[in-house]
Amino acid sequence: MAIGDLLVDVSGVAKHYGEGETRVDALRVVDLQIHAGEVVAMLGPSGSGKTTLLNIIGCIVDPSAGRLLLDGETVFDGRWLRGNLRQLRLDKIGFIFQAHNLLPFLTAEENVSVVLNLAGWKPAAAKARARELLDYLEVGHRAEVKPAHLSGGEAQRVAIARALANRPRIILADEPTAALDSVRAQLVMDLLRKLAVEQEACILTVTHDEKIFDRFDRLIHLRDGALIEA
Amino acid sequence: MNLALKDIRHSLFRFVLTCFGLGLLMTVVLAMIGIYNGLVSDALAAVKAPRADLWVVEANTQGPFAEASSLPSATRDAVARLPGISDAGAITYQTIEAQHGTQTLRLYVIGYERGRPGGPSTITDGRGLGRSHYELVADRKSALQVGDTIRIGRNRFTVVGLTENAMNSGGDPAVFMTLSDAMALQSELDPAAERVRAARGATSPDASNVAAVIARIEPDADVERVAATIRQWKHLGALTQAQQEELLLASVVDRARRQIGLFLGILLTVSAVVIALIIYTMTMEKLKQIATLKLIGAPDRTILGLIVQQALILGISGWAIGLSLILLVKDSFPRRVVLEPTNALVLAGIIVGVCIVASGLGIRAALKVDPATAIGG
Repeated sequence: MAIGDLLVDVSGVAKHYGEGETRVDALRVVDLQIHAGEVVAMLGPSGSGKTTLLNIIGCIVDPSAGRLLLDGETVFDGRWLRGNLRQLRLDKIGFIFQAHNLLPFLTAEENVSVVLNLAGWKPAAAKARARELLDYLEVGHRAEVKPAHLSGGEAQRVAIARALANRPRIILADEPTAALDSVRAQLVMDLLRKLAVEQEACILTVTHDEKIFDRFDRLIHLRDGALIEA
Repeated sequence: MNLALKDIRHSLFRFVLTCFGLGLLMTVVLAMIGIYNGLVSDALAAVKAPRADLWVVEANTQGPFAEASSLPSATRDAVARLPGISDAGAITYQTIEAQHGTQTLRLYVIGYERGRPGGPSTITDGRGLGRSHYELVADRKSALQVGDTIRIGRNRFTVVGLTENAMNSGGDPAVFMTLSDAMALQSELDPAAERVRAARGATSPDASNVAAVIARIEPDADVERVAATIRQWKHLGALTQAQQEELLLASVVDRARRQIGLFLGILLTVSAVVIALIIYTMTMEKLKQIATLKLIGAPDRTILGLIVQQALILGISGWAIGLSLILLVKDSFPRRVVLEPTNALVLAGIIVGVCIVASGLGIRAALKVDPATAIGG
């Protein structure tokens, strides 16, 4: 695999809750770099700090210390350097969830185009891009269907389309294959890898799904808030 | 893409049902406003109908509505001759019950002098009184029709015309008859009762007295000065039209008015709480979706718009349903329900205000949602 741009650079990032006797170190000093085209799995037992690290990279949780660089831009260095973190997420990051988290009142196509509407795309362009992605992910024929009527695999592909809609270069996924059988899980991971290469993006996935471990370029392990292997 | 409308369309049946429930509550609020207005309007109907400038009543009374008043009928001649008076008429008021078919009607009998002030303000069907005796003009709410006959006291009367919005402060529909018939009605008993009174040697009440004399003044005359002139007669009192209306509202209907007003206030408060609860519940059910929206980059204004727009659509739909329902059923109420366009508009304004304030609770909850909730773990 050719190493591309450095898209995620986590340097000395730590996160603790409370102070004194009540202090809990959710994440000790962590360093992590992910490049364009890389597909990385984050493993670890419950409470090891996986979700905390994912939330920090996703600009949802404030780190207690350290520096965070996303897609060439230093976004945290002791403090957030951007006022509007939601806009930062919209511009740079795509999220894929275990439970898909599709909006139940929107069709598959609208679930994808809503991100583009938020990013300021014209409705017609947003619709065309959403349709293009759904077709690419082979769920174009389900574009007008609401999430309640999609199968697990279809819903996950719509969620992937939504994560990729605004062409982010960093994709964060939380157990994206947990609800899928092994064949579908491997298909989804292959698809993500293909998209990562095509869009020059990187993918960081929290997973416990051993049947897809061979689909990753790298497995990183977290234990008690520390990165023990990379 | 309008997320509020999309969400409503997604659970349309539930939303419509909620709007309908709110609409029923709005119907009650509008009904109370209408009943309140109706009470005031009914109370003033009898006072306003004669289009009088001055009410001449018994001295030291606040008659003829707030207190009983009795004057010799000859007072009318004396009043009519005063400088500044253009027209005057004697008038009597009494409430009676009469049998009509199988129904017992409660009627407000107004006796007036034909060709003088005090008669029905308009005739909507038939004609006015044409003969000196045994004819009636009845309010439509009495259920009497032109050509009907009804026994009142010792005599049978024929309904020759119909009028509208003539009633007393209790809502009893009015019937107009000649002053002489009305005076006879207040003094003459049923034949059997008359025989008992004669056997006791009792005398009948003075049949020549009236309740009041109403007067219209000449365009250039000063109503206060004319009233002051009348008050110089020790046995007479005089009230201007404005004083009579004020007196009626302050004494006769004041408690009922305040009671309904207070109830209306409670109803509006209940409506506000119900709207707030509905909006809050609607928002709480969407917290996970709101967290997802925040996570994918939706700004606060998008979340705020979703909640406020739904609250406004809910409120305005409830108001429209309430207004439609009350307009449909208002004539079925036993008492008059009077709704002015301004009442509906003011309520719409209040509902919009309540919806915006009520959205505050939901907005507060929504803005506090951590986008990390969407990821879980």
